[in-house]
Amino acid sequence: MSKRVVITGLGVLSPIGNDIPTFWNNLISGKSGIGPVTRFDASDFPTRIAGEVKGFDPLEYMDRKEARRMDRFVQFAVAASQNALKDAGIEIDREDPDRIGTYIGSGIGGLQTWEDQHRNLIEKGPRRVSPFFIPMMIANMAAGQVSISTGAKGPCSAAISACATGTHSIGDAANIIRRGDADVMIAGGTEATVTPMAFAGFCANQAMSRRNDEPERASRPFDKERDGFVMGEGAGILILESLDHALDRGAEIVAEVIGYGMSGDAYHLTAPAPEGEGAARSMKRALNEAGLKPEDVDYINAHGTSTGPNDKFETIAMKNVFGDHAYRLAVSSTKSMTGHLLGAAGGVEAIATALALKEKILPPTINYEYPDPDCDLDYIPNEARRVNVNVALSNSLGFGGHNATIALKAYDGAE
Amino acid sequence: MADVLSRVQRIIVDRLGVDASEVTREASIKDDLGADSLDVMDMILELEDEFSLEISDEEAEKINTVGDIVTYIESRS
Repeated sequence: MSKRVVITGLGVLSPIGNDIPTFWNNLISGKSGIGPVTRFDASDFPTRIAGEVKGFDPLEYMDRKEARRMDRFVQFAVAASQNALKDAGIEIDREDPDRIGTYIGSGIGGLQTWEDQHRNLIEKGPRRVSPFFIPMMIANMAAGQVSISTGAKGPCSAAISACATGTHSIGDAANIIRRGDADVMIAGGTEATVTPMAFAGFCANQAMSRRNDEPERASRPFDKERDGFVMGEGAGILILESLDHALDRGAEIVAEVIGYGMSGDAYHLTAPAPEGEGAARSMKRALNEAGLKPEDVDYINAHGTSTGPNDKFETIAMKNVFGDHAYRLAVSSTKSMTGHLLGAAGGVEAIATALALKEKILPPTINYEYPDPDCDLDYIPNEARRVNVNVALSNSLGFGGHNATIALKAYDGAE
Repeated sequence: MADVLSRVQRIIVDRLGVDASEVTREASIKDDLGADSLDVMDMILELEDEFSLEISDEEAEKINTVGDIVTYIESRS
């Protein structure tokens, strides 16, 4: 029989907080983490705003030598994983390390490292490229370094599926536990791409908001005046655990992972499939795996990027999956506050969703001002809502047509 | 300009995160200061920049202690 999987620890680094209480309080107070770009001189770029992680000192988590060998996206993952393990009360040297695994992805990987070393190559020649270039830049290295720094020796892998990375990581990690290959998985996503090349590329796609004069109002999912996503950075890491293992050690359970669905659009590099049919199939599969009826779902943490096409097609997808119930359930996009953390989005949003189930408070979609006839669901506009929420989905939809959905449930005992 | 030893010490402290007091002439870069092969390669690049010279792979392989680096650089300048 497959094992039940629960969430027992959370670790976050985000534009709205680098610890769980701060992150959650800002989320339910509707606080934006978006501001002018400070990590590089963005004055020549059409988009000059981002959700940066503030006040992060890697030396709180590792020594100088280790920090120097890690791109920022890896430092984020290592820090958030340490915090998540601490939150879960797991000390790996007191457990069987073979039974603890790591599954952490990044949508892009070490782009800052790539840019720095490419400059060395062009300006100084091939001999001047650092021996750390490849091991700092490759996108699996978050999982690799978390395993190295924590001593987790179980399954160790990474999903790389653009903006669906974090949700794929959590869903795949849950399945590793479900089939008995590990008792505990450190899972989630990480991203640090507030860099010139990432901005140049996404600006060329015309995917990012240019509301530079009003950073805090720029990420406005489902609002008629939305004009693109706002890039965020950070990491969202969850400790997933078999229910048996969690109960044996008396762990506090945040929520249960009850389903996982994924699909491919088979359509276009960047545009969502018509009517969001790929996203719809992803949600349906998550419901099927969880044994849920559409009307069981109370809340959806939407992908909700604040781009024109995503929010329109994701809304159609929700209506196609849920029928009339789409108008009764509540939907929000926490990207309105965090920005879009790309490969880390699914991790951070799984944390938001799990906390919503535990605290019985739904985080809002902020900056919701002008209704869009294409987006006519209940998006929890601007104010958090206290309700009895029991079952929730979290969607992540990525370039390439990668769609992933996890279904979470408030933990209601071992029966 | 600071002498060769103190410039080498500064680079090693920065790269390896060790205490300046550990970076003596006698200290073995791998055994005493905890560098691995990637650290050594990285440090060679930094030394090449700092002292405007090129250190061949054969010469780099002979380096064991901090003193070896200082002696090598002094012989080249």
